[in-house]
Parts: sequence; C-alpha cells; structure tokens
Amino acid sequence: MKLAELPKEALTRGLEGMGILLQTGPFTVRIHSRVEGFTQQLRRFYANFPVVPEPAIADFHVRLTMPGGIRRRWRPQVLLLLDGQEVFLPYPLSHAFPLFEWGLNWNIAMQAHQYLMLHSAAVERSGRVLLLPAWSGSGKSTLCAALVNRGWRLFSDEFGLVRADDGHLVPLPRPMPLKNHSIDVIRDFAPDAELGPSFHGTRKGTVAHLGTPAASVEQSDVTAPPGWLVFPRYQPRASLRLEPISKPQAFIKLANNSFNYQLLGLRGFREASRLVGNCDCYVLSYSNLDEAIIALGRLAES
Amino acid sequence: MRADRDNGKHGANILLGALGDPARTISFGVEDWDLLLRLARATRLLGRLAVCMEEQGLLEQVPPRVVEHFSAARVLVDHRQRMARWEINRILAALEGSDVPLVLLKGGAYIFAELPPSRGRLLSDVDLLVPRELLDSFEQILLGHGWESVKLEEYDQRYYRTWMHELPPLSHPERGLEVDIHHTISPLTSRLNPDPEKLFRDSVSLADRRLRVLQPVDMVLHSAVHLFHDGEFINGLRDLVDLADLFQHFGEHADFWEKLVGRARSQGLLRPLFYALRYTNRLLAAELPDAVMAATGDGAPSGPVLRLMDNLIEAVMIPEHPDFPRRRRALAQWLLYVRSHWLRMPPGMLLQHLARKQIMRWKHSKATAGTLVQGSR
Repeated sequence: MKLAELPKEALTRGLEGMGILLQTGPFTVRIHSRVEGFTQQLRRFYANFPVVPEPAIADFHVRLTMPGGIRRRWRPQVLLLLDGQEVFLPYPLSHAFPLFEWGLNWNIAMQAHQYLMLHSAAVERSGRVLLLPAWSGSGKSTLCAALVNRGWRLFSDEFGLVRADDGHLVPLPRPMPLKNHSIDVIRDFAPDAELGPSFHGTRKGTVAHLGTPAASVEQSDVTAPPGWLVFPRYQPRASLRLEPISKPQAFIKLANNSFNYQLLGLRGFREASRLVGNCDCYVLSYSNLDEAIIALGRLAES
Repeated sequence: MRADRDNGKHGANILLGALGDPARTISFGVEDWDLLLRLARATRLLGRLAVCMEEQGLLEQVPPRVVEHFSAARVLVDHRQRMARWEINRILAALEGSDVPLVLLKGGAYIFAELPPSRGRLLSDVDLLVPRELLDSFEQILLGHGWESVKLEEYDQRYYRTWMHELPPLSHPERGLEVDIHHTISPLTSRLNPDPEKLFRDSVSLADRRLRVLQPVDMVLHSAVHLFHDGEFINGLRDLVDLADLFQHFGEHADFWEKLVGRARSQGLLRPLFYALRYTNRLLAAELPDAVMAATGDGAPSGPVLRLMDNLIEAVMIPEHPDFPRRRRALAQWLLYVRSHWLRMPPGMLLQHLARKQIMRWKHSKATAGTLVQGSR
C-alpha cells in the first residue's frame, strides 16, 4: 500500500500511536509524530512511497515531539529523537519536515555501514548509474534535480549506496532539498517541477524540497552498476568543461567524498577501486545548467 | 505505568537472553528482533551479538534485515579495534629508546592478548597503566610527539592530577582516539587501596615483548573495580559482559578461583569481586562455582545496602525501552555516580567537588548551547 492510499485519520492515528512504517529504498523507517503540520508534509512528499505492513523490523526509528512547558506557546519548537536519542537541538516548529529529512540522512550516514556510502548524487540512464560525488556547495543537488527533470532516474541526491556483493548502486529515492538560489534556478529550468513550500531561516538558509518522481519510487528495488563518475563544480560565469581524469585521481577524489570509506578499511579500498575501475571518470565545471545536462546526456549516449 | 514496566521487562528478557544464549534468538519474532537490535545498539553490544551469532553458525536462521545490521555493526567494531591497534603502535613508536613498561588495560588488553571479551567489542579509548614514578616522563614523551591534553579546564586538570588514578586524557589531533594513562587501578583517595607495585610485578608480557597485560586475576579485579567503583556505568552492561567472559575463560584453569579470592583479599578488593560475581550470575547467568560465591560472602555489604545495590545495578545495566523511557535508569545512574564519588573522597571534599562540577556544567551548557549538532547535510 502507498502512503497516499492511507486515509488521513489512519495516518494521524498511526503516527501518534505505534508509528508508520515507511519504505525508502532498502530501508524501513518507523516514524512517530505528534507534530501538527508534519503529517501533511509527510503525506505530500512521500505520497507514492510504500507503507510496510506490520509487524516488521525497522532500520531507523524517528520520532518528532514538541518540548513541553512554556515553549509550547512561546516560539514553539520541534524535537527529533533518533531511536530515543536526542541528537539535534530543537528546531522551530515550522521546520519539522526539513529536520526529519536531515535527521534521517544523519542516521543513515552513521549506521548503514553494510554499504560503502558515497557522498554523491546518483542518477540512472540506460541501465548505468552516473555518480556526482561532491560536498555541499558544489551544485550537486541542483545538477541532480535538473537531470531528474530530463529523463534520468533518481537514485539519490545525497547517498551513493554501493552494495558489497556486486558493486551495484542501490536506489534511495527521497525528496530533494534545494537551497537558496538553487530554488529559483530549478523553477526556471523546469517550471512544472513539483516544488514544496520554502522553509526560511534554516541553518542552510532557505530550503525547498523537490518531489520524488513516481517512476523512481516504483523502481526503488532496481539496482544498477556504476557507469560514470563525474566530479561537478559550479563556477559562476565559467564555460562548460567536461574533462577526463585518470583513475588514480578519481580514486582519491572519491575516497574524499565518502561517508565511511575509512571505516570500511580494506573493504572500502577494494570497493572504491572496483567502482573507479568500472567507470569513465571526469571533472565537470559549469555555470549554465542546460549545457551541463546536454554534455552529461551525451556521455550516456556514447 | 504498568504497561511501561512490562515493556521494560520484556526488553530486559530479550537482551539478556540473547547475550546469555544467542541460540535463544531463533524463536524470536519480528517485533522481538526489532527491539533487540535497538537495545543491543544502545548498550554497544550489537557487534558482540553479531560475532557470537556467527560463531555459533546461527546467521542463516536470522531475518536477512538483521544480518544487514550485524554486518554494519561489525564494520564499526573492526574500525575501532584497528584504530586502537594503530594508536598503540604509535605510542610504542614514540616510546622507542625509553624503557617505560607499557601495561594495556581493558579493551586494548583483550584485543592484544586475544581474550574472549575482544569479540565484537566496540572500543572508545585506549587505557594504559604506567608506574607512577614514570608518569611525568611518559606524559612528556607523548606531548613531545604531538598528543594533546583533552580536558583543558584548570579545575579538571588539578582534579585529575591530585585525586585521580589517571592523567587527564590525551589524544593525538590526527587520530582523535582518547588515551587514558593510569598509574593505579582505583582513585588515590578511594577507600580501596590496592598496591600498584604488585600489579606491575605480576603483569605478563605478550608476544610483542614491549607490551604487557595484568595477570588474569588482576585483570578481573581491575575490571570489577572499574565497573563498580568508577561510577559512570555508561557502558555498564558491556563491562559486565567482559567480566562474564573473563570468568568463563580463566575459570577453566584449576587454580584460578582460589588465586582470585586470595588476591582480592590481600589487595582489599573483596567488595568489587563480590559484586562482579553476583551480577554476572544474576543478570547474565554466568556459571560460577558455589565455593567461590561462598568464599567472597564477607565482601558483601549489609542487607539493606545490598538490596539497594541490586535495584540500582539492575536499573542501570538494562536499557529502558526506547519508546517508553521511565527515567528510572537516569535516576539510578545519578545515584551510582554520587556513590562512586562518595567512595572516592571524604564527604567535605565530595560536596565541594559536586558543587563545582554543577557550576561548570551550567556555565558549559550556556557557552555551548547552539553548537550541539545542528543537523547535518
């Protein structure tokens, strides 16, 4: 059953009671919430995600609550508990949804070491995955959002999950958070894109989420081998450059863009080597989004 | 209230049952597994459970999702153990040319001596024992090789140096692992007063001759003193599992038990040994010879104190149901924290210390509010 098929009252009752079991990619997340407003956001952004029937083992337990006392009335706040633990400071109540998204990402990055976790956007075309590894501020999310609006299948805008046994990438589709200027860029680039409300004054400035394409959610369990490794860099006024780099260079860059490369030790080295070995590797600098998308599209066709 | 208590009890049965006999998990339902994964992770015992399940060939009978969690937990365990090995390697390199004898304690000792508690053990720091007269030169050597003092508040520095059995922790900025350097196994002001000379004299060297560990009976006694008299209980159940492992492993040697009781008596450590035996037996069903239990009977506290300890230890060892916290554990933790300081210092000093710590905590929470993790990416 999809989340949208759950009657609104049943969803609220579930969130306030024993929790809702949501499936995103390989992970089952149990979500508890008594925070008004969050329920609507969840319904909106996860409408076509599957709800897992009880009983089931959850990989993550996320709970949103409101701290009691005077804070309930005066500048009300929302608190996130990950498996009962308070990891983040409370956020303003209206930021419950971005808090949930960040909290879940943090939890995955700290725990899912059965995968080599790359800090990378991942999109698929013609059966191979394009990886765009980069730390924040390099335009990775914007590029990812643009690609997904031009026919690429979304794996994730944040996590490249590499499966140990065959080196395939595993999809983890989620709403894509766009920040500040990127919000307008994507609005111009894809006027039909389903952008959610803007959350102002978060730690990362203004954030608005781009909905996950239904097709990406439906194919959440279809993994694919890596094909291209492209390290993107947005540079104002730069002309487009997509240049091949050597495999050792790509390896070093990849290791530096991973959540748990060091943690995995020898296995991390082997899996990163295999991945680089199976990919065509490039650096990309761009300022014009259309040009960048065309250039990456050509990669997939060649 | 009633339902919350039952939830807590159910959790305790599941966790302790699985630790005591991993084969018991075969009959676990999906909901039991969900709770077991959470409790084992909270007590830092998930990696341990994973290793024991694999050793007993049980992984094929476990839900596939659980196997994923096990492999993730083992990655973390292996990483920390690798970090600890490397840290000790770096310390040995720094010590080259000096003749400071290095005795490994706790996790480091279990790993290098390949003892059963090392299985799946999630290390957080490296503990070393160094003779008191060499402490200064040892600290200077490490500081000279790039290690830095972790606790910088002046009061904390003085507190450690004057009253504690260890130096303020050091860590190397490139690696971040904490190194705790002890010169004896209980605080200087404590009512326990074991002779550290004997610990060094009877320590045993490992295959790598530069490293030593305490002899088996001292290793057990140190583990017991650390758990029951050091007072934080953050990894209480993990430490109790260590003790149960050591009892089972060393207990196979005929003279171990007699030596253990004798040593506890001569070092004045009968009380912590009594607790170690009692709670490994009660909570983890450790099989212990009746004669040993009887022989340590005069280490027991008075009846009312014992009943109180039973309640506190049980409350502090067993994690609460993460969805139904009852604050009982936090209260027990606080009471045991105060107790450990009571055991460590005279009453006047205790009051002064707790007051200062509280003031520092207030100041600290004001200064750092806003820097606690503010969401990640």
